[in-house]
Amino acid sequence: MFLCLRPLPWPAVNLDRRLLRQGFGGPSPAARAARVDLILTVGGGLLAGVLLVLQARYLSQVVGRVFLEGASLGDVQSLLIALLILALVRSGLSWGSEVTANRIAGRIKRDLRRRLSAHLLALGPVYATGERSGELANTATEGVEALDTYLSQYLPQLALAALVPLAVLSFVFPLDPLSGAVLLVTAPLIPFFMMLIGSIANTLAQNQWTSLGRMSAHFLDVLQGLSTLKLLGRSREQIKVIAQVSGRFRQTTMGVLRVAFLSALVLEMLATISTAVVAVQIGLRLLYGRLAFEQAFFVLLLAPEFYLPLRMLGTRFHAGMTGVAAAGRISQILETPIPLAQSPVHKGAPISPSPNSPIYLSHVHYAYDHGQRSALNGLLLRIEPGQKVALVGPSGAGKSTVAHLLLRFIEPDQGSIFVGNVALNDIPVAAWREQIAWVPQNPYLFHASVADNLRLARPEASLDEIEWAARNAHAHDFIQQLPQDYDTVIGERGERLSGGQAQRLALARAFLQAAPLLILDEATANLDPELERLIQESIERLLQGRTALIIAHRLSTVTHADQIMVMQSGRVVESGRHDALLEQYGLYRRLVHAHGLEREKSG
Amino acid sequence: MGSPARHTMWRLIKLAAPFWRRIILAALLGFATIGSSVGLMTTAAYIIAKAALRPSIADLQVAVVGVRFFGISRGLFRYLERNISHDINFRLLARLRVWFYRALEPLAPARLMQYRSGDLLSRIVADVDTLENLYVRVLAPPLVAALVGGLMWVFMGSLAPSLAITLLIALALAGLGLPLFARQLGRRTGEEMVQVRAELNVAMVDTVQGMADLLAFGQGTRYQEHITALGRQLARLQARMARIAGLHGALGGLLMNLGVLAALVVAIPLIRSAELDGVILAVLILGVMSSFEAVLPLPAALQYLDNSLEAGRRLFEVVDTEPVVPDPPTPASLPAPPHGSLDVRELTFRYAPNEPPALNKVSFTLPPGGRIAIVGPSGAGKSTLVHLLLRFWDYKDGNVTLGDTEIREYCQDDVRSLISVVSQHTHLFSCTVRENLLLARPEASMEEIVTATQQAQIHDFIHSLPQGYDTWIGDKGLRLSAGERQRLAVARAILKNAPLLILDEPTANLDTITEREVMRELLGVMEKRSTLVITHRLVGLTTMDEILVLRGGRIIERGRHHDLIQLGECYRLMWEQQNQTLN
Repeated sequence: MFLCLRPLPWPAVNLDRRLLRQGFGGPSPAARAARVDLILTVGGGLLAGVLLVLQARYLSQVVGRVFLEGASLGDVQSLLIALLILALVRSGLSWGSEVTANRIAGRIKRDLRRRLSAHLLALGPVYATGERSGELANTATEGVEALDTYLSQYLPQLALAALVPLAVLSFVFPLDPLSGAVLLVTAPLIPFFMMLIGSIANTLAQNQWTSLGRMSAHFLDVLQGLSTLKLLGRSREQIKVIAQVSGRFRQTTMGVLRVAFLSALVLEMLATISTAVVAVQIGLRLLYGRLAFEQAFFVLLLAPEFYLPLRMLGTRFHAGMTGVAAAGRISQILETPIPLAQSPVHKGAPISPSPNSPIYLSHVHYAYDHGQRSALNGLLLRIEPGQKVALVGPSGAGKSTVAHLLLRFIEPDQGSIFVGNVALNDIPVAAWREQIAWVPQNPYLFHASVADNLRLARPEASLDEIEWAARNAHAHDFIQQLPQDYDTVIGERGERLSGGQAQRLALARAFLQAAPLLILDEATANLDPELERLIQESIERLLQGRTALIIAHRLSTVTHADQIMVMQSGRVVESGRHDALLEQYGLYRRLVHAHGLEREKSG
Repeated sequence: MGSPARHTMWRLIKLAAPFWRRIILAALLGFATIGSSVGLMTTAAYIIAKAALRPSIADLQVAVVGVRFFGISRGLFRYLERNISHDINFRLLARLRVWFYRALEPLAPARLMQYRSGDLLSRIVADVDTLENLYVRVLAPPLVAALVGGLMWVFMGSLAPSLAITLLIALALAGLGLPLFARQLGRRTGEEMVQVRAELNVAMVDTVQGMADLLAFGQGTRYQEHITALGRQLARLQARMARIAGLHGALGGLLMNLGVLAALVVAIPLIRSAELDGVILAVLILGVMSSFEAVLPLPAALQYLDNSLEAGRRLFEVVDTEPVVPDPPTPASLPAPPHGSLDVRELTFRYAPNEPPALNKVSFTLPPGGRIAIVGPSGAGKSTLVHLLLRFWDYKDGNVTLGDTEIREYCQDDVRSLISVVSQHTHLFSCTVRENLLLARPEASMEEIVTATQQAQIHDFIHSLPQGYDTWIGDKGLRLSAGERQRLAVARAILKNAPLLILDEPTANLDTITEREVMRELLGVMEKRSTLVITHRLVGLTTMDEILVLRGGRIIERGRHHDLIQLGECYRLMWEQQNQTLN
């Protein structure tokens, strides 16, 4: 744009190498297309810069001829038409580079989103819980969007800031070396200041991004726990806490901005004072007849244009800053090593899991939180095909960890898991998980219709099949009472369904999936006894001909198991059938005792 | 702007009202900044044009000083303006957040059941963030543009009225016509974009928080494809938007150049006819160019205006919701301890007028120190009763009195201050163990905390954690086992030390040994307190003064454990069912 003095924060060379390498590097067609678009964007901007010089020349000729030579409108008609054409062409160029710049951003964002979701899924649910799911979701959505202005505006501007001043200078120098020298001397000061303060601002920007992420995690937390806060009479107090969190955010951000504004002030001064110096200096030389008016006015028109790209870089600074900070966090997530060999190196043909092999956990150790919270201590466990194995034991014994291991959400720290003679991690994860139907204690309900939530287990299932599964899980009746029965959209965390209802949907998923291995993790914990009895019957049917691992607190659900493993502190301490275990006078008997105590008293 | 939109705008402006002094100051500084640019460029042009006529150097002195002055003042004004306007931004942001939360808090939980938490999060964070720009990007630019327009009108008018009119038309086209035109073009795309972005956010949140389920069902790839498809759709919309926005930037530049050309066409004949000094021509060109700086942010301002109105509309929609339970205008003061008995008489409740009653003529009395259990299958109305007692919902038919006063007469917070609740849904906040416990009583000393946790049998566990009481409990506290969570909830209840205790399925997720232990700890807490136990598990009920069997909202049986077993009906059936497999 011609000579507009834009509002200007402060420029810095914000470059995220990893992001650039990912976006533009390599021989892939996407990267090549991104490079072409970047060249088009910058080339268009540069050409517009050259045309701008031409425009300044014609404009100074018009003014010179009218002002000094008394030319009429007709005399300068051709120049005015040339100016009109130049203006039109420059508009076209500016439109074109905006479009190509956006194409770059769109392509890279799409790619990043794809890789982020793939990587997060590969990292698995244990990572996603530990790392505050709110912050992760925020990075994957807002963080990626924050790159938009960085890629579409900041990056091309960075190239233009280097190229356009050089182009302008190459025209000014031959015409007026003295003005050229003024420009040349002041120009390097600008990148110098940028770099000087760049590193400080980058650190501050990182902090700001972190505090933004924390702030949204905090809000989610407060909103989800609002009922609890109310019960404790603490919900009003949160007003103060929110004010404090916002206040802190204001302080950190203003800290970043004040640095930016101050450096913007320095740069602004440099640009405006240099323009003033050029104006006064050429004015004086004009006065003494050492310069022609046309040349002088041409230089004056170009002087602000010389600084403009550098200053425009400043207006994009904010975008650059948040973009780099977001890019840093995104790269950090992408570089978190995947604990699980998602696609193991196969010697020979891929091994497909056999449903008819025993599953064997050999001396398995596992600890959460980077080894800080031990969950399994040398666990030995064998599940024969077709067997119903129950895991019981006090909470914290490591029962759910076994389920996570079998689902391959985590890998053993020590020891190994075999399926027949094959190590579990030699089997492709996807193929293995297809063999398992999992009914967790707190199933997640997706923001989708009930039918789609059930289809998760088998995407191609027909409505009849879905209804059959729901009936088996005793979910059909309550689903029918929902406003649009199977088409009712249920929300995040199943806010409008009770725990028991969510659990029945999870059971219906298992019916639908019909996998050879079933893992029931407290599958009926949220149900009342009457419903539990009904569902227990359907579960019995589901279990027929299948291998099952049943994790339970409620012992009534496991007494018929072929094998009951009693766990404590990460090991199996007793195992056997119900009757045999009762005679051992061990932990199992105590568990049963706790359950039946009431009866003995009343009986 | 339609009338509802105007109404929203008005309410938004009122939210920014406390900062009006700063806002006016910032607008004046913004005007002074652009004024300085115009001053710098026009005086510079004047110097050069004048110098070409070879006057004495003294004739240029004033202009030279002017150039230097404007060269410095522009930067200073800009610096001050920026500091003040961003400060306004963040103050506004803090005020908006607090304002929104303050309005939201009384709505919980009854009115908020219709909003999903992810949706609420995006509202409070994204919508409020959008409104953060209300001043800097929406209100300020038109103010500054109007002031600069006025300045240019006076300046150009003093040269020639036709010039003033030419410039004002160009400015109006660039500042008003173009944005309105672009908005018309981009409206549909913009709406679709908002929609797709929301869907993408939900998909991302679902992926992160529902990851275990996705992976277990092998649906990770499919969900990823879903995200990719949405991303592609978004990119397509953004590309369309970029073509419109690009058009916008290109036409803005074009209009400025056309403005310069028009000014030349108007001025050249005036100079020929000596109505205008030739020196003015150069001044004119740079004046026109630099004044366009004022209208450049206007298109963006219009876009932000639309976004702000949309965000404001959504926020007001939540804020304007009537709380389900209003506090009485003159709340009764709580009776001094002991608080007397809790009396429920003929309580009937429906969630909606056309729904069957969730509670139907329920009556019972809980004397001080008494223990009542309410049992029954899910959907019997147990939770509804708890919600009514906690004043989460309001009741119309029947009476609930505490110490002879209807609980409606008390302030809700006062009622809740008398009740400790241990429920199956214990929310642990993302903060340390200590902070989670202190929520129950912020002034509790460390000793009191330890006494409470010891009684809840969780002290040793906390002590064994790497950072003890300062251990951070992760997102939603999921890293603790169900038993540990419940024990923390019990410790909270002990700390709160309220005279009335409600146990709402406190052991639903626990194994039998832990259940037994937690129940034993709870028995300790029940000492000297009135207790209401809500459960579908018939455990620990022999010590109850009365057991109410609730079904379909009605009490169908009542009495002590032994009486109900003797009766041999519903309660006995439930009892046998629960224990049958242990024979």
